[in-house]
Amino acid sequence: MVENRPFLNFLTHLVLILGVLTVVFPVYLAFIASTHGPTDFMSGIVPLLPGDHFSANYGYLLGTGESTAGAPPFLLMLANSLAMAIMIAFGKIAISIISAFAIVYFRFPLRVPAFWLIFMTLMLPVEVRILPTYKVVADLGMLNSYSGLVIPVIASATATFLFRQFFLTVPEEMMEAARVDGAGPMKFFRDILLPLSRTNIAALFIIMFIYGWNQYLWPMLITTEPHYYTVVMGIKRLASVLDGDNQWNLVMAGVILAGLPPVLVIIFMQRLFVKGLVETEK
Amino acid sequence: MASIDVENVGKVYSGGVRAVTDIKLNIADGEFIVLVGPSGCGKSTLLRMVAGLETISEGEVKIGSRVVNNVEPADRDIAMVFQNYALYPHMTVYNNLAYGLKNRGTPKAEIDARVAEAARMLEITQYLERKPRALSGGQRQRVAMGRAIVRKPAAFLFDEPLSNLDAKLRVSMRGEIKRLQRRLGTTSIYVTHDQLEAMTLADRLVVLNGGQIEQIGAPLEVYHAPASTFVASFIGSPAMNLVKGELHGDKLAIGPAMVALNGFAPTSGAVTVGVRAEDLRIARDDEEALPFHLEYTEELGAQRLIHGTVGDQQITAAVSPEIALSPEMRVAVDTKRLHFFSIDTGKRLPGNVPAEAKLAPVEPVI
Ligand SMILES: Nc1ncnc2c1ncn2[C@@H]1O[C@H](COP(=O)(O)OP(=O)(O)OP(=O)(O)O)[C@@H](O)[C@H]1O
Ligand SMILES: [Mg+2]
Repeated sequence: MVENRPFLNFLTHLVLILGVLTVVFPVYLAFIASTHGPTDFMSGIVPLLPGDHFSANYGYLLGTGESTAGAPPFLLMLANSLAMAIMIAFGKIAISIISAFAIVYFRFPLRVPAFWLIFMTLMLPVEVRILPTYKVVADLGMLNSYSGLVIPVIASATATFLFRQFFLTVPEEMMEAARVDGAGPMKFFRDILLPLSRTNIAALFIIMFIYGWNQYLWPMLITTEPHYYTVVMGIKRLASVLDGDNQWNLVMAGVILAGLPPVLVIIFMQRLFVKGLVETEK
Repeated sequence: MASIDVENVGKVYSGGVRAVTDIKLNIADGEFIVLVGPSGCGKSTLLRMVAGLETISEGEVKIGSRVVNNVEPADRDIAMVFQNYALYPHMTVYNNLAYGLKNRGTPKAEIDARVAEAARMLEITQYLERKPRALSGGQRQRVAMGRAIVRKPAAFLFDEPLSNLDAKLRVSMRGEIKRLQRRLGTTSIYVTHDQLEAMTLADRLVVLNGGQIEQIGAPLEVYHAPASTFVASFIGSPAMNLVKGELHGDKLAIGPAMVALNGFAPTSGAVTVGVRAEDLRIARDDEEALPFHLEYTEELGAQRLIHGTVGDQQITAAVSPEIALSPEMRVAVDTKRLHFFSIDTGKRLPGNVPAEAKLAPVEPVI
């Protein structure tokens, strides 16, 4: 739709600007708060201009951490989160693309029920099955380990479903042409399906990375050693214990630190991401 | 190079859908066979069984002297050109052509040479580094052909390769395919539902209907002696006129009119009479003819098609545009060029030998 009336232009921009402000203003406040000293909030008025404690706050949080609150240095937690998010994203993509490949291109008994089973788990969030999963992970001795953090959430019905839908749009003749060209199933997968799925993989990687990064409940349940804490848990610990002390500057610094990596991932993969969501190369 | 023998082949799809019944077809080495028939008659199914993309439910397919029923497509030594080309969109034209050779472990130098040769033959050399999406439909079609040629297979299989092109390009590509096939001498099976394409390309036509072979023959044989009303109405444009008639001894009654057959009547009683539009002409006053009521005309340039009725039956005649027309006319028919079919089965009646059409033999050019 192309409209070209000044009033409508004004209106659309107004709505856009309001929307952007609504999203950006809290982030801005958080950043400002993270640059002030601990006493600057006593008055109850939140400052709107940056303070001079930027390096002190961030340095303290990254290097030392708030050990009284049970939060190890943020650098460690950031590394933990990064490792977990990357493993989850890679794992989810690898597993789901292979399952989708099996479901779409092979005829085996119970193929359709298998698909529907996977599809139905879409309706079951982690929280629903968290107790049995905890029991299994505990019995396997995976508490307080990276495998315990990653493996229980590594299967993805959503991603499997998306890859399936994508594979279904690849013309069947492509597979037949490859067969005539002497490419077996695995070769077809590697030489043709994988490259064609490139943009989908990139888009899913971002989504799954952020999903992994934002894991909260699960890491909280299975990690008791600070060595395995993730950054989202760290913020919670910082906030709940510091409640009395009103050290909001540190909490906000933690929030900003935790929010940064997903933003960076999006910025750097944005081109592929947008492409993957709106078009497929065909 | 190889012959292809299709022996009593049938196909039943899962779910019990029967697509093809008892096909028997022997294709000589280097022959260009066209499978033609209306949509859904099983052409693609038959071709795909030869290619190995569909399992063979009944019968046997032999390529050369080898039964290939259980051989993978890649090992059948065939190449296929698909209707939508099925080029690999993420590969350059070069890699599209080279992919099949690479998979067979062909040495790099030989791949280069073969791709270059095929590209030159098809005049796509300047596009070798492009991706298919940056090519026009016609260029993509050439790439698809190239992918078949580089492999130097025993047989080419085409499934309606030209139907996504515009009319003009279709004609020129048609010529090109024929020329290439002659030059390479590769046995080919070509599927189309376009009877003109079928006529122009084929060494032999195979007309399919409802999963069965209706007729096999050289294009002109099929044109001049269609084996059934189905073939008669399918091959040739405009379609052959088919009208109800009655044979009384040596006379043929069509509606109110009577035509003397001059000693040529294969049977007696009711028959379906076939007559090509070009075998009808405006009658002179003194000859026996059918009363023709003109309804409308179509101009083809060299010819004019006049559509109308004889009695209550539709008839189309092709006449010279110079002849003056009037609403009520009389058309005469060359009785030696009449075709008679059984009313019940639609099959051509025995003894109904077509008149010698004066055809000069065509020497294969090139
Ligand atoms: N996978 C399938 N399962 C069941 N029936 C099928 C399948 N593929 C084709 N058929 C049926 O087999 C018959 C022949 O199909 P086929 O594709 O060979 O027709 P065709 O002659 O190539 O037609 P067109 O000119 O439209 O391509 C059709 O009736 C079709 O419905
Ligand atoms: Mg078809």
